[in-house]
Amino acid sequence: MSARAESLVSTSAGESRELGRALGRVLEAGDLVALYGDLGSGKTVLAQGISVGLGFDGYVSSPSFIVVNEYAGRVPILHIDLYRIHDTAEIEDLGYRELFFGEGVAIIEWAERAKEFLPDERLDIHISIDAPDRRTMVLYARGDRHARVKSTLLKLWRERPQDENPHD
Amino acid sequence: MLVLGVDTSCDETSAAVLSDGRTILSSIVASQAIHAQFGGVVPEYASRAHMQLIVPVVRQALEAAGVEYGQIDAIAVTNRPGLVGCLLVGVSFAKALAYSLDVAIVGVDHIEGHVFAARLAEPDIRLPAVCLIASGGHTELIRVDAWGEYEALGRTRDDAAGEAFDKVGKMLGMTYPAGPEIERKARGGDPTAFAFPRAMMRRGNPDFSFSGLKTAVRYKLDDMGALPEGDELRDFLASFQAAVVDALVIKTMWAVEDSGVPTVTLGGGVAANAALRERLVEDAARLGVSVVIPPRELCTDNGAIIAAVGDALLARGQRDGLALGVSASR
Repeated sequence: MSARAESLVSTSAGESRELGRALGRVLEAGDLVALYGDLGSGKTVLAQGISVGLGFDGYVSSPSFIVVNEYAGRVPILHIDLYRIHDTAEIEDLGYRELFFGEGVAIIEWAERAKEFLPDERLDIHISIDAPDRRTMVLYARGDRHARVKSTLLKLWRERPQDENPHD
Repeated sequence: MLVLGVDTSCDETSAAVLSDGRTILSSIVASQAIHAQFGGVVPEYASRAHMQLIVPVVRQALEAAGVEYGQIDAIAVTNRPGLVGCLLVGVSFAKALAYSLDVAIVGVDHIEGHVFAARLAEPDIRLPAVCLIASGGHTELIRVDAWGEYEALGRTRDDAAGEAFDKVGKMLGMTYPAGPEIERKARGGDPTAFAFPRAMMRRGNPDFSFSGLKTAVRYKLDDMGALPEGDELRDFLASFQAAVVDALVIKTMWAVEDSGVPTVTLGGGVAANAALRERLVEDAARLGVSVVIPPRELCTDNGAIIAAVGDALLARGQRDGLALGVSASR
């Protein structure tokens, strides 16, 4: 991974959700977050936090079956899940241009399924399961805009009050 | 009145002809066989597949009902929620047909369709009722005060019940959709052999959560090293299935008790699961409430439930024009 990659450790679902919330606060319309990680790694948990940070307070459930959920945050949120996508023809059939290059913020779970279709500018987050309550998240920004998102997020994250109990 | 119901919101292309809101004259759900007829790959869902199938499926529904296009009085079509590209196929088709036949068109919420499965199964069902909708994409508890009057009681905060079945099946090397295979392989297993969690089991919290169960299964499999086989697999699956069924049924019955309704009903693809159906019947009997469990073909996606909602909407005077749009959310 290049020098622009930085990693964070989360020790609970609550903490992952907090990280997502911090990210959601700095995202703007046109931004795209691509999430990578195995079943149960916490991609949906992160997406939930991001949506809260974007000002949406409703239910954020897994779109694995229905592929896309839309939420009305301070900008439109497209929560996309490519779990059931298995070949490129299906991505084209999905209308990926509208989804990936839309007007709001796009959050994409199982982004590896659409590698060659993703925009060049985006924030990649690779989640790995170290232990039942421990996840390592590697952040990699592509493009200047997302590099700024990443650095603002890391600053917010490192300066966050540590005594605050992350709600689960 | 004859209503043609059309659904292209998810995997299946379906159409049905419903008479007077009650009698299903035909209900066609595009199968793999129909897909195969057109050759090529079978995508799990795809607007292109719906496009290929919509005309033959509707034609087949009319033929099976013994009805001509000109006899249709109205068209009901799912216009939310779902993949926009998929929904547009059904809605565009329905609009063109409604225009050419000069009949009414009405847009239907797919989830409301699942609620109506119980009414099709049992027209004299006593309301109010608590209805559990469980499928691959949705898990919701709904109070039905009257047909068209609902109160959302709870829903999943993360994974849907059907999604839990499929993802656990995937971890065990099964293919999509894994629900029926898990049900079959769990038969006769010991549901207490493995301790899997039932999440958010506090009375007064009507929401569901299946993500933790999925993760617990994953950790258990990691611990075991090799994938379970034989009796162990049977017990493993029976234990997993019991965790899903417990969460669904216990919360549903709490909602029934707390709201004092006389009836409980089921809908959605997971309602095809025998363990869920049996358990709901048992618990309803214990509480002394009546239970309406629609036949499997009405629980899974189909055009008849869409036609049934459409018929009720039309009876209340609702019409949508040719400007009817689609929506990914409800």
